[in-house]
Amino acid sequence: MSKHEKPDVALMVTCLVDIVRPTVGFATVKLLEDAGCRVSVPAQSCCGQPNWNSGDRAGAAELARRMIAALEGHDYVIVPSGSCAATVIKDYPAMFTDDPQWLTRAEDLAGRTHEIVSFLADVLGVEGVSARLDAHATYHDSCSGLRSLGIKEQPRALLASVDGLELSEMAEPEVCCGFGGTFCVKYPDISNKMVGNKTDDILETNAELLLAGDLGCLMNMGGKLSRRGKPVRARHVVEVLAGMADGPAIGEEG
Amino acid sequence: MSTHHPTTPQFKANARAALANPNIQRAMQTAGGGFAAGRAKARAEMPEFDALRDRARDLKDHTLAHLGDYLETYEANVIADGGKVHWAETAEDARRIVLEICQNAGAHSVSKGKTMISEECGINEHLEAHDIRPVETDLGEYIVQLRKEVPSHIIAPAVHVTLDEVEKLFREEHVHMDPARRMGLDTMLAEARGVLREKYFAAEVGITGANMLIAETGQSVIVTNEGNGDLTQSLARVHVVMASLEKIVPTLDDAGTILRLLARSAVGQQASVYTTFSAGPRREEDPDGPEEYHVVLLDNGRSTMLGGEFQDMLRCIRCGACMNHCPVYRAVGGHAYGWVYPGPMGAVLTPSLIGVEQGGQLPNASTFCGRCEAVCPMRIPLPRMMRAYRAIEFDKGLTPGAVRRGLAGWRAVAQRPWLYRRITGALNCALALLGHWRGNFGWLPLAGGWTDHRDMPAPEKGGTFQSQWARRSR
Repeated sequence: MSKHEKPDVALMVTCLVDIVRPTVGFATVKLLEDAGCRVSVPAQSCCGQPNWNSGDRAGAAELARRMIAALEGHDYVIVPSGSCAATVIKDYPAMFTDDPQWLTRAEDLAGRTHEIVSFLADVLGVEGVSARLDAHATYHDSCSGLRSLGIKEQPRALLASVDGLELSEMAEPEVCCGFGGTFCVKYPDISNKMVGNKTDDILETNAELLLAGDLGCLMNMGGKLSRRGKPVRARHVVEVLAGMADGPAIGEEG
Repeated sequence: MSTHHPTTPQFKANARAALANPNIQRAMQTAGGGFAAGRAKARAEMPEFDALRDRARDLKDHTLAHLGDYLETYEANVIADGGKVHWAETAEDARRIVLEICQNAGAHSVSKGKTMISEECGINEHLEAHDIRPVETDLGEYIVQLRKEVPSHIIAPAVHVTLDEVEKLFREEHVHMDPARRMGLDTMLAEARGVLREKYFAAEVGITGANMLIAETGQSVIVTNEGNGDLTQSLARVHVVMASLEKIVPTLDDAGTILRLLARSAVGQQASVYTTFSAGPRREEDPDGPEEYHVVLLDNGRSTMLGGEFQDMLRCIRCGACMNHCPVYRAVGGHAYGWVYPGPMGAVLTPSLIGVEQGGQLPNASTFCGRCEAVCPMRIPLPRMMRAYRAIEFDKGLTPGAVRRGLAGWRAVAQRPWLYRRITGALNCALALLGHWRGNFGWLPLAGGWTDHRDMPAPEKGGTFQSQWARRSR
């Protein structure tokens, strides 16, 4: 990439955004384009995290090889999920410790891959966005983004630049919501207790809008709030930052 | 619940029972946050805290790499001080050795400081079976013993018990006392102290654990907040230390490094109230102390962890920070884990010591939220090791059939781009048509676990992101 060219960015969509909430993908593209990037979306499927976390190492490595091949040749690979980004950045190199050729390619991809909000703030140096949303929101720190990638202040700093948005912190924003991928269906009772506690903390803030950086957590918390009959809406943080929070919230009829 | 018959395979049922138990839920709610807040404060007050964690990790890695040498040095120093080291390869060996020591001492009762190794070996049951009465002297352990339970936390054994339950228990057990007496936290503590005080003098043998064993000095170290460990080991005629072999550190300075982390990580204290170093039996010039000093050094499977992907677990100093910060532990409490060690450290140590066939539920019952590793003073990569156990289960064919089929199906779909596009398109379409589906997705594998407790948010209309992007780019 020469100094004057636009960075060539590939979007890694993630399965949940692909299937459940394409708006998050389009909001990510808008934020990247607004920040001066050229964005493309290589044909792709799953990063393999469900297999990796369930002990299916061979299956995970197979899907990882496909993803690595699909995302080669771009300056950056950007992901609207701390969880899927962490799989590429932290887990892909661990999958190929015995395979030097793929290890090199996995490490190369890991070095170019970033979660969207931390990419804007830490790599591109974006200090604010031009968006407006009159709302009272609270932000949940999704576990992988927070503890694997160090995403904590970046979303808060960018949200502070959104006109009309008021942000209140919930009691324990760093405690897991109980999603955990397959955990929520393997251990539904424990997961229910955890998301019960989490939604208590959310309701305590009186916020009308729940924000986070991972769709799995948002579907879990949003689905619980909806089951409890609470009017709190759930959105991915990029929808607000991109000024695309005017459509239906997660799970709302369009 | 017996120590020897783990209920770990029934973890799910145990967890459901704990979630439905109002006393456990109340106790866990009140106790849960305090420890974590204490640790956060202690860490904030100590700028070198994280550097100290690195040093502690490195010193323990070094020790484990030369474990045999340090253990031999330790044994030689214990012998030089007039003590004896008994090597116990299995829990059964440890039971036999402890019983022999007690019988040789003509013991009728044994006072006990807090020791998880004793729990691991089932010492109390074994002594009782031979008409020797073990008396737990740590307040939490005492409560748990009266309730005929085992500890639910490695440093706060009775964390699952409410104060109301303790009051009821004391009124039932301490029948020699005035039934009209006032009961508050302070008076209950004083009452237990009063009752226990005479037990120390009656006991012929005192058994303690060890937070560390120091190779260069041959000392064992215990930390307590009640001083019960000191009375246990200095008033009985015979002192038995029960420790597992990874408790060894090379030097007194190294012990200092670990001590600076231990109480801060556990509850946020700068140091425990009592930190006691013991070496050998009483010498002629000593005013008090035991006549015999024995160390029972337990392996029980730990040496098989050396050099493998679970060796890092042997750095554990049993502070309990991982369970204090674990949302799963805080939801279900320690007994649900079904054996000796609960929480994230138990989720790795249990399958390591009793086998993945028995303990495999535990490493699965994690969201991989990573908080345990983030707070571990010894920087033990707990989530990585839980994932490694899942891989062992998968490779051994122990993963449940529905999960295996689901993973194989997902892999088959995701490795064929055309199939992935069709399946995700169909899913987007089908789920969008269902809208706010509040019923049971019984026909979708595992989905009932979701919809029993929460709504399934309907996808946006208009197709998948990739299909929309393809249309937009054309």
